Amino acid sequence: MWQELRRELRPQGLEIVTVALDARGAETAGPWIQKAAPDHPSLIDEGHLVDALFGVVNVPSGIWIDEEGMVVRPPEPAHPRRPDYLDRVVPPDASPVERERILLVKALHVEAERYVGALREWASAPRGKSRYALAADEVVRRSRPRPIEEATAAAHFALGQALYRRGVPSAATAHFREAHRLHPTNWTYRRDAWSLAGPERDAAYGTSWIDEVKREGVENYYPPLQL
Amino acid sequence: MIFTTSRVPVDEFARVTGWRFKPEGLCRGERCVPFRSADPALVDLAAVSVALTMPLVGDAQHGLWALGAEAGGRALKSAVAPELELPDFRGGTFRLSSLRGTKILLVAWASW
Repeated sequence: MWQELRRELRPQGLEIVTVALDARGAETAGPWIQKAAPDHPSLIDEGHLVDALFGVVNVPSGIWIDEEGMVVRPPEPAHPRRPDYLDRVVPPDASPVERERILLVKALHVEAERYVGALREWASAPRGKSRYALAADEVVRRSRPRPIEEATAAAHFALGQALYRRGVPSAATAHFREAHRLHPTNWTYRRDAWSLAGPERDAAYGTSWIDEVKREGVENYYPPLQL
Repeated sequence: MIFTTSRVPVDEFARVTGWRFKPEGLCRGERCVPFRSADPALVDLAAVSVALTMPLVGDAQHGLWALGAEAGGRALKSAVAPELELPDFRGGTFRLSSLRGTKILLVAWASW
């Protein structure tokens, strides 16, 4: 999905690095990467290290890092183009749950055009000259607060993922649940764990994407860009 | 950040967390936190967890320990990008610092 933009912006000196937050690693992310056939580094982050290090809580998220290794925009929603789901039509034979899900997804706040416009401006601007590159103190201020609960959730998620890899899914689920309790608005912790549970999801976690998005507010799922 | 023992060799600890032992304590980039290890070769995760305010969660039965994020303040303690070391899909290890001199858009995505 990013390959096209990468081709356009690489000659200007911008590299794109993608990070797949997939607890099952290349097993699940691999087919998508192969299909995209990217020229850029395509990393696998099974334990969601970028959540702990940068404060990522949802996907897609973008972080800008300048030539000197300084973060100039902390994590924020990053859509390379308008997603197809915004234009879906509810089929006449859709079940009530399907209908609700489609309508909820269509209501998500997506600003692909503004984001890509800002990215193009930054890519072509000399260092320090982009209106979208933020000062160091503003970058820190705009990154997420890190209370002890959320710092602890990162440990529970990483441990859950490692236990899952060891073949002890019941122990893994207990740590994923604790990560969700401590950091309820982290969608990468929730959705990856739900995906691992497959058909057992409801029994293991007793909630769903629809329930959680409604509880948190659909407008908060992708917060407005502050460009 | 996962470990398979609760007492970790110093070089493994530095590789996984980015925090290195120096005369002034534990340092990552320009930040240093006072800390003295009782054993110069091994890091006790429980002690370091307190010093760095990185919560420690363990499962001794399965021999796994995880350090969480650094608590307090904001997710980014400074605008200096933390080192990120992850496997590349093509094999090998990628380090964010290898792209110094280039603007980077780091994109988090998922298949789920």
